[in-house]
Amino acid sequence: MMGSAFVQLSLTPILIGVLSAIACALPGNFLILRRQALIGDAISHVVLPGIVVAFLITGATASMAMLLGAAGAAVVAVLLIEAIKRLGRIEPGAAMGVTFTSMFAGGVLLLEQSDTSTVHLDVEHALMGNLESLIWFRARGWESLFDPVALAHLPPELPRIAVVALLMVLLMVVFWRPLKLSTFDEGFAGTVGVPTGLMGFALVVAAAVAAVAAFDAVGSIIVIAMFICPPAAARLMTNRLEIQILWSVVFATLSAVLGYVLAGYGPLWFGADHAVSAAGMIAAVSGAILALASVAAPHRTRLGAPKDAG
Amino acid sequence: MKDQQVIEQTVVELAAGGERPSAAEAGGVAALQLAEMTVSYGEKPAIFSVDARIPARSMAAIIGPNGAGKSTLLKAALGIVPRLSGKVTVFGEPFQQARHRIAYVPQRASVDWDFPTRVIDVVLMGLYRELGLLRLVRRRHREMALACLDRVGMADFAERQIGQLSGGQQQRVFLARALAQGADLYLLDEPFAGVDAATEKAIIAVLKSLKEAQKTVLCVHHDLATVIDYFDHVLLVNVRKIAEGPAATTFTADNLQATYGGRLASAHIDQLKLPA
Repeated sequence: MMGSAFVQLSLTPILIGVLSAIACALPGNFLILRRQALIGDAISHVVLPGIVVAFLITGATASMAMLLGAAGAAVVAVLLIEAIKRLGRIEPGAAMGVTFTSMFAGGVLLLEQSDTSTVHLDVEHALMGNLESLIWFRARGWESLFDPVALAHLPPELPRIAVVALLMVLLMVVFWRPLKLSTFDEGFAGTVGVPTGLMGFALVVAAAVAAVAAFDAVGSIIVIAMFICPPAAARLMTNRLEIQILWSVVFATLSAVLGYVLAGYGPLWFGADHAVSAAGMIAAVSGAILALASVAAPHRTRLGAPKDAG
Repeated sequence: MKDQQVIEQTVVELAAGGERPSAAEAGGVAALQLAEMTVSYGEKPAIFSVDARIPARSMAAIIGPNGAGKSTLLKAALGIVPRLSGKVTVFGEPFQQARHRIAYVPQRASVDWDFPTRVIDVVLMGLYRELGLLRLVRRRHREMALACLDRVGMADFAERQIGQLSGGQQQRVFLARALAQGADLYLLDEPFAGVDAATEKAIIAVLKSLKEAQKTVLCVHHDLATVIDYFDHVLLVNVRKIAEGPAATTFTADNLQATYGGRLASAHIDQLKLPA
């Protein structure tokens, strides 16, 4: 398994899975603390109409156009959710639910009505991605990691998601203080000069960028799972945000690696002759980790000490 | 005689430390001045055309019934909620230029105390202006935060997760964070709401020490029974301003009746401690 076949067939999908999971889990920590966990769900759904519209306009499946379309749709969705919340005086969860279901449904209709059946653009792909197909065809073994020709033929999803994951880490480090402060106490943050509105919007846009990049590689199931499961499990492991973030990265990585391996080899161990979807298994593993954390993690009880006594 | 006064004034200022009030302030520039401030959440204004002038070095209270817009008044002055109209001046300067001289203590219930962070981290948030995005927290910052916790009697709790605190302890941590800001004007939203008697005593002692150090304190306050003991300047509001001035002349039965209307029975007013 660790030989040249591994490098060629499994290394890149695992790396892409891990980086996608981390890129989504990082902003997920803050979305959960801000009671906005659903926004990841919303963004990953509205990506579909964005991609379809981009295809209809450009007539090609060029990935740059797709990404821009998806990102555009994500921004439209975020603005729509805000507008519905303010104009309709509707609670945020409902505003998100209305927005992403109708935009996703619109995407499905567009897809059926337009002549996209000939290209690789279908609902299943949108949900599951195609992690298993992101192989490194030119790799001949571990030495290919130092071979410029082989490196030039890495699946383009890998450098893309790597850049996005790195961007998420950088943004989080640089804006750590205002982000934490405005998440904990928005009113106070505003009085010491944190642009709280901008902070909240930037967080959602960063989440949208992570979702779109990950969606392209691994589909929306992983995106939704990774926004919520690793950070939620991580919250149960610690009472410090800094350490929670680290746990969420550990859980995201664990889900991706374990999920990929289980999907590829697990069924064989049970005598089945087909592998199962890696995306589905990665999401399932992250759910299992959350379930485990909620029965066994050290800080799973809400810490409510007597609130109004001495 | 006049020289004697100047010397006394200087001694008080030196003892107080911090920024020395300018000549203009000594001559009575307001710590916080609001001009025709109006705030509305919907069709009905929450605050309508309120003028106010909180003198520097006073202990002031905003008083009024539930829903009168007391907290809104504070938040609008700070720009946390948008104003429809109105001008805010702090120590004679426009708000934006003087905002570093203000510390704000929000209502305790306005944040999620299950947030994964420790007491010391909350106090260090008060140093945000100094630390900015990337400056490291150094020992002197931690020591300063610990000193602020000590002033509110919470030094032993520095490493605790904030969810483990009682309501009174939470309020003291918020006050410590404001102290860390080293401001000249302290705005507190219901600092005594739902806290135990010991905490109320500790908080009022800290606020009085601020006043002695030439700082200005303005609290949204609920408990009419303690107004005369705690404050020397009052602002009575019920959407509009009803009255403002020294507590001794403004916190009167007539003004209270006008502020609370039928919601405050005259029998209740009779039992209140009013200025003699």
